[in-house]
Amino acid sequence: MKALEKFMQKIKPKADGKFPLGHAVWDGMYTFLFVPGHTNNNGVHIRDGIDLKRTMIMVVLALVPALLFGIYNVGHQHFLAIGQVALGDHVCNMFMDKFIYGAIQVLPLVIVSYAVGLGVEFIFAAINKHAIQEGFLVSGMLIPLIMPVGVPLWMVAVATIFAVVIGKEVFGGTGMNVLNVALVTRAFLFFAYPTKMSGDQVWISLGGEKAIDGFSGATPLGKAVQGGVDAIPSLMDSIIGFIPGSIGETSVIAIGIGGLFLIFTGIGSLRIMLSMFVGGFLMGSVFNAVGGNPYLEVPAIHQLMLGGFAFGAVFMATDPVTASQTSTGKIIYGLFIGIMAMLIRVANPAYPEGVMLAILLGNVFAPLIDNIVVSANIKKRLKRLKTA
Amino acid sequence: MSNEIKIRKGANIKLKGVAENLYFNPVSVSEIVLTPSDFPTLIPKLSVKVGDKVKAGTALFYNKENEQVLFTSPVSGVVSEIVRAEKRRIVNVKVKADGENLFESFTQADPSTLTKEVIIENLLKSGVWPFIRQRPFDVIANPSVQPKAIFISAFDSAPLAPDYGFVAHGQDEIFQYGLNALVKLTDGKVHLNISGDENAESVFANAKNVQINKFTGPHPAGNVGIQAHHISPVNKGEVIWVLKALDVLIIGKLFKEGKFDASRTIAVVGSKVKSPKYIKTIIGANISDIIKGNVEDGGRYISGNPLTGTQITENGNLCFYDYQLTVIPEGGNNQFFGWIAPGFDKFSLSRTFFSWLTPNKVYDLNTNKNGEERAFVMTGEYEKVFPMNIYPVYLVKAMITQDIDNMEKLGIYEVAPEDFALCEYGCTSKIETQKIVREALNLVKKECS
Repeated sequence: MKALEKFMQKIKPKADGKFPLGHAVWDGMYTFLFVPGHTNNNGVHIRDGIDLKRTMIMVVLALVPALLFGIYNVGHQHFLAIGQVALGDHVCNMFMDKFIYGAIQVLPLVIVSYAVGLGVEFIFAAINKHAIQEGFLVSGMLIPLIMPVGVPLWMVAVATIFAVVIGKEVFGGTGMNVLNVALVTRAFLFFAYPTKMSGDQVWISLGGEKAIDGFSGATPLGKAVQGGVDAIPSLMDSIIGFIPGSIGETSVIAIGIGGLFLIFTGIGSLRIMLSMFVGGFLMGSVFNAVGGNPYLEVPAIHQLMLGGFAFGAVFMATDPVTASQTSTGKIIYGLFIGIMAMLIRVANPAYPEGVMLAILLGNVFAPLIDNIVVSANIKKRLKRLKTA
Repeated sequence: MSNEIKIRKGANIKLKGVAENLYFNPVSVSEIVLTPSDFPTLIPKLSVKVGDKVKAGTALFYNKENEQVLFTSPVSGVVSEIVRAEKRRIVNVKVKADGENLFESFTQADPSTLTKEVIIENLLKSGVWPFIRQRPFDVIANPSVQPKAIFISAFDSAPLAPDYGFVAHGQDEIFQYGLNALVKLTDGKVHLNISGDENAESVFANAKNVQINKFTGPHPAGNVGIQAHHISPVNKGEVIWVLKALDVLIIGKLFKEGKFDASRTIAVVGSKVKSPKYIKTIIGANISDIIKGNVEDGGRYISGNPLTGTQITENGNLCFYDYQLTVIPEGGNNQFFGWIAPGFDKFSLSRTFFSWLTPNKVYDLNTNKNGEERAFVMTGEYEKVFPMNIYPVYLVKAMITQDIDNMEKLGIYEVAPEDFALCEYGCTSKIETQKIVREALNLVKKECS
């Protein structure tokens, strides 16, 4: 450790030298290796052990189950599509083949997302002469997990640059952004390259081989809006997650493990997660009550398990920077997103996946919700003055 | 009749080195220092020159904005040095004790027989007045303002804090004298807030003429501002006065004995102290005699507790308001992959360290920041340890942007820096919250006067 520390100190470039980028990169690496031994000089003399790096790493850890499942499911769907395994086979059939195939498809997305995103962060850190902010550690992992596996790498790169620059850095970097960075990436692709983000071609990686006859690679929600409600997998299948979809979104169980971890460590907001599910359930129940077509009659609880609802609730809506910040606000915010997600998903056939848009909308409304909550607190205080 | 109030938000940080209920052998105090920066916003004007002979109770300096408020010498001796900084700002005034223990004499009578004016006059002249502080702004009370109530905290819930009951034990009569004086100063109530967690010391529990309230719950339940918020919050235009129960003893002694008795018992605590105990000393005493032989090397000396105290050197002096000298290990080492290490030895308000497995563990924390300063990212952290009906992060953001209008709306009149100490401790973004609060209070005070 000591030798490494010495070596790092030796190669330290000057902050105001010829290569500010060099210093930003060095600083990022150094503080990654060593939490600097700065001591408290004003105010408290002792500090909590937690810092932003640790917080972000915890979220990344929480994403690992979804990532691993996503990798396996990509392989599973591939072999299903080309007919090497049949629907009735045990899911562990060809376990290693599936996993390796999935990893080959998914890991490049992860690498591109991190390399491009961190690259942009380093450049901005050098320009603004501040330290690397850790926000992208999580965004970089979220981005591949909400992509269809068939998305070209260059598109991921372009979208990531767009999201980090326009979504975050123009507002001042980590902690200042209005919209969730990962969702901006997805929204960008969704509207700029719709053919690569929807339909029945992109969710399955065929790897150059031909799909067997009658195999449809559309997501359950994609089929449902086209009237194919019968194609929606059973409740159990949609919870376990061996269905087509974005890489990380399909398994409610894997997401749930991450969610419990976030709630337990106190990093993810239970309020937001719960209220979003409640909001979705309420809206789903309303649709059930109205009825009229088969899609409206999909049980509310089943709706919650489909598409990106669970993933959005656990990892996207809970982003502390873009969510509501007050306790009461978090509940309103969660309910709002849950309701909107169902509304967009069911009522608008152009957007079978309403969760992304609902969360972005929620992000936009979050400051307003907080403002209302805080204003109520201010009014209470003024009232106290009058009655006193 | 006593009210019982339960504080639910907050946290107790269990640190190594709590004082045993025993005394160190007393050491003689050779030099005391009075530091104007112990009193926020004070602009001092000197009353003495180097070489002047002073008694205990002789004014050393006074408040330029309110010349009645005097700061008097805690000991008798000679003014040995007046340290100044740039623009001749007074850093501190040093008095070398002569060991003669001469006292200025002040009015000596049971305060219940005196008028309000006489009591205030006596407090001001003797230099005891600065112990009475006010909300808003957490500064020395203005004697010409009528407070709506007076709040006294009879316990300290901060980490390693001294046990007020142990210190005040047996001084019932003096304490009651002090309370009698305070009762005369307000038309409202005098609230004595005692801890409901343990059997309160009889000195406090048997006090008369005051409203006794019991507070239970974690730190900051002992902060007088938090207590006032739950009994009678400060609105715009209102003023409350606040004291520590131990300061009431000094007021009591003034009226009982007619002199400014600046002796006090402090707790010498922290993991670097060999056997943490109490010691009898004097306000502003130099700590080098106290720590000699009792403290291991490599510690940071803090006058006060580890959350709100002031860092001093090993040759430094106790601050005016502090009843605690804390010595904890100095940090400064880089931590290899510190952000992923299991961290059994780190106490966290979140559950991201394995230390949640051992809720009763006593920690030996050092002064490491454990990270770098960042923008606000996490939410709900401050709220978790801030037991007031105030949105702390919104208030702090208004403070950072110097938005006085919003600070007023969000409740700045009720808060003091110490109320934000736990927020600062647990802040993921390592923001220096107490400093921000202090600067904002100074700003608002300046703008509103």
